[in-house]
Amino acid sequence: MPYAIRNFFIVLKGVAQGNKYYYLWLAFLFVCIGLGVNAYINQLQDGLILTAMRDQVSWGYYIANFTFLVGVAAAAVFLVVPAYLYHFKPIKEIVLFGELMAVSAVTMCILFVLVDMGRIDRLWHVMPVIGTMNFPVSMLSWDIIVLNGYLAINLCISLYALYKLAHDREYNIKIIKPLIMLSIPWAVSIHTVTAFLFMGLAARPFWNASILAPRFLASAFCAGPAIMLIVFQIVRKVSKIEIDNRAIFKIAELMAYAMGINLFLFGAEYFKEFYSATSHLAHMEYMYFGLHEHTSLVPYLRLAFFFNVTAFILFVLPKTRENFFTMNLACVLIIVGVYIEKGMGLSIPGFVPDVLGEIYEYMPTTTERLVSLGIIAIGMLLYTLLLKFAMPVWTGELRFYTKENPTAQ
Amino acid sequence: MKKTLSRRQVIKSAAAGAATLAIPIGSADASVWQSFFQKHFREMSKDEVGEVIQRLEQEYREKYGRDFSIRTDGPQPNTLFGYGLDLSRCIGCRRCVYACVRENNQSRSPQNHWIQVLRFKKGETWVQDLEGSEKYYNPEKVPEPGYFYMPVQCQQCENPPCVKACPTKATWKEPDGIVVVDYNWCIGCRFCMAACPYGARHFNWAAPQIPPEEINPDTHYLGNRPRYKGVVEKCTFCIQRTRGNPGRYTACVEICPVGARKFGNLLDPKSEIRYCIENKRVFRLKEDLKTNPKFYYFFAT
Repeated sequence: MPYAIRNFFIVLKGVAQGNKYYYLWLAFLFVCIGLGVNAYINQLQDGLILTAMRDQVSWGYYIANFTFLVGVAAAAVFLVVPAYLYHFKPIKEIVLFGELMAVSAVTMCILFVLVDMGRIDRLWHVMPVIGTMNFPVSMLSWDIIVLNGYLAINLCISLYALYKLAHDREYNIKIIKPLIMLSIPWAVSIHTVTAFLFMGLAARPFWNASILAPRFLASAFCAGPAIMLIVFQIVRKVSKIEIDNRAIFKIAELMAYAMGINLFLFGAEYFKEFYSATSHLAHMEYMYFGLHEHTSLVPYLRLAFFFNVTAFILFVLPKTRENFFTMNLACVLIIVGVYIEKGMGLSIPGFVPDVLGEIYEYMPTTTERLVSLGIIAIGMLLYTLLLKFAMPVWTGELRFYTKENPTAQ
Repeated sequence: MKKTLSRRQVIKSAAAGAATLAIPIGSADASVWQSFFQKHFREMSKDEVGEVIQRLEQEYREKYGRDFSIRTDGPQPNTLFGYGLDLSRCIGCRRCVYACVRENNQSRSPQNHWIQVLRFKKGETWVQDLEGSEKYYNPEKVPEPGYFYMPVQCQQCENPPCVKACPTKATWKEPDGIVVVDYNWCIGCRFCMAACPYGARHFNWAAPQIPPEEINPDTHYLGNRPRYKGVVEKCTFCIQRTRGNPGRYTACVEICPVGARKFGNLLDPKSEIRYCIENKRVFRLKEDLKTNPKFYYFFAT
């Protein structure tokens, strides 16, 4: 037992010590979390009336963030595919950081669903065994299972690997590999099931399109790796971990294909709606042109489209892809572009016009923005702390106290 | 909504929030625990239902200062309720909307309406083009020349998409065809609202408020008993009335000044609703979705 306690302090020391910038970053995150928690407490007291959601638009910014982050979580593991299936070594070494990202992103997803609930006190009703989970009929019950399963798988893989490394032992590939192999289809499943949540609703023609699931995956495989590329560059800067440029450029290349597919699928959808021009066109018209002078989403979605196309061009040309300035620019464009397109751009137009033809223009309130900010800050804090611990373990600077290694601090 | 945050405010609201969540350990108010652990309505034994009803009647009495009766009558045998609405008669007066609000204890603030009346311009489009309708029409007098009206409420689908969506089985279709919600089991995820093609489900965005003198204390567990903040509610064909023996008409049928609303047992060949279906040209809303509503619109001429 003393080993465990000593090692606990080693971990604590590892994450609590850092330079000025590290503390500033943590302080910033804590302020954001404080703002979010305060806004959420108000929402608990007064109800979801503090949001801009109403009967016409019954899901809003929270579900938009949730949808985007499911993509990020799924895509983080996407890095595993080239690493293990093609034995591309430069990427193999950085898979762990993707898995930790998946853990943080899924945590944010779960939080976004929780704050969207009207009765958080009745959460247990939805759990299997103790509650009455409507499995397998309700798509939401599937989502609960796959998201929690995904969190568990990624936690197992990353913590097991870190535990072994911290003890200076080789991790057993026979244990890790099946889990990693499981995590790949599971990553696809979390995003597919989330798409099915929307797709399965015949009442909402905008979502009731089979292209939704493939488009979800394609756009996720743009935004998720874009975040990872930025993270890798930070990791490289603040630690002794070496991340090969080849790995970064390879991921950028894969992102170019994903964005190409995403734009193609978007084009197919756009053509279908505008060429056939049935009453179902209203939703897409609302997104890109406005409907009966209701245009609040239009500038955002046009911007998202412009960003996505620009990023695609920057990624597809080897010259701009392999230049860090243009590559990082493209990463930011993709993150913002997909965030708009798949967040607000997906959930809101499904409700506008609503099932009885009413147009209710939704824009998140301060409460919704602050709560969302808080959740994102929680996710970032979690990722920061995980990285702070994982990086020195990875490089061998941090080792646990064991019989063989009594000098560990 | 713009608020600056002072430290005091943060602490104050944190304390208040903690109070809302607080578990009353050792408190005399055991009903908080009982309501927390209350089971799903359909999983309770007869005795458990009895206890819950007693507790709820007590809670409502404390809240509204009135004696409540909460019935739990089950469905009558050989009954499948159906509804008819004569579009040629409806004058768009919205009396049904407010009769429903009073009968079913809908929140007055924020307002919650289970019936939405849509106004269409005659000669322009048909009722499928819902986008061409107007919900917030507000003339001096109805009916207005050149318009017709279509009230929409829960269509009591035989194949209800909302029931499929619910992750907790908090909403289901009863044997007499009424889709009901257990307001003590709903977690407020609002997936059913996204799934409903008729905008029939409504959410309590804030704590519902009803002046005590306007409350209807004659209630059913699955129907018009007062609801809570953060749960979904909907039309139940006035289950507290229609399940009586003898059953009563729904409040909207009763109030309609022009007799546009019909209600009855679809399994009874001699019922008025069956007569309408067999002799009028009826249609149902969004039939292409195969939700199979038991709500029939028709023209009496």
